[in-house]
Amino acid sequence: MSRQLRTGLFLVSALGLGALLVWGLVGLHSFGNYPGPYGDLISSLTKPQRHTANAVTAVVFDYRGFDTLGEELILFVSAGATAMLLRETREYDVSDIVDPVRSDATRAFGALAAIVLFVLGLNVVAHGALTPGGGFQGGVVLAAAFLTVFLAVEYHAFHRLAPAWFSEPLESVGVGSYLVYGLVALAIGGSYLENVLPYGTWGRLTSSGSIVLLSWASGLAVCGGFLVIFGEFAQENMAARHRRSK
Amino acid sequence: MSFVPYALAVWIFLVGLYGIVTSRNLIHITVCVTVCQSATYVLLLAIGYRTKGTAPVFADIPTEGRRVVDPIVQSLTLTDIVVSVAVAALLLSFALKAFEHHRSLDPAEMELKG
Repeated sequence: MSRQLRTGLFLVSALGLGALLVWGLVGLHSFGNYPGPYGDLISSLTKPQRHTANAVTAVVFDYRGFDTLGEELILFVSAGATAMLLRETREYDVSDIVDPVRSDATRAFGALAAIVLFVLGLNVVAHGALTPGGGFQGGVVLAAAFLTVFLAVEYHAFHRLAPAWFSEPLESVGVGSYLVYGLVALAIGGSYLENVLPYGTWGRLTSSGSIVLLSWASGLAVCGGFLVIFGEFAQENMAARHRRSK
Repeated sequence: MSFVPYALAVWIFLVGLYGIVTSRNLIHITVCVTVCQSATYVLLLAIGYRTKGTAPVFADIPTEGRRVVDPIVQSLTLTDIVVSVAVAALLLSFALKAFEHHRSLDPAEMELKG
């Protein structure tokens, strides 16, 4: 396709996009006057219906749990495709690469930060039903703890802590248990991903039934998926350095 | 001034789109796609916002009689963010493979063969 043709094609589609944007924006309510009713309904129902304090988590893992399954599958497929595309460098022996982090202070505080991040991540996943947080946010923080080891300590430490044989099953177990719970709920309750577990006492870690379970499942999936992606890119980086050193 | 957050979302989207259209570098395009996607966060959160509303987390506030913002758009936003990072990683690995194949990151220099 020639450059002129592409520019023409873009201009035509830009006109269409502009018309759609204007049409969509004109129909929006004025900022700060959210009209409801769905958000208000959810906000008033999560506590009596599910014993869940955080309405956002209740939407993610219960009321719209099926959408979240779709999001998890996007993550799963993206991480899997990244691993497949970058698989060639896996065979590189990177044990002779000189570690780039030389400062003792950076290494010490990096290790400390990794531990703090790891505990914070577990905390965020565990309290998803009570306070802002949940599996997605906590999973990212957990993966960031491992990435901090790579950035501030050394690659080999990261590679030992989160090798592919650990992160790949971690992601699969996370996504798989989400899927399997849906099937179990289908068998017991009659609809996929229905909240069939006891809701427990409001305000406890175990309250809100399957929301907690699915939050942990997606926490594992997100952490594992990000570790797969980080691991692939880190290995790529090390392999490039390996090629240069020859 | 009640339209400013919406205008901001549109502006972020258009800036990202301008970047995608004019870019000559695949990594730059990936960043622009992420910028475009950030517009959806601003738009979603702006739609659900309510003046003087608090977060829809009832750990220490009563359920009744509080102005809270919409929890649905917030949950959409949070999954959106995680997915955008995963997709960016996938696009970057495509860029890497394209560079290995063509020794260039400029999409105009890549001959597409069927």
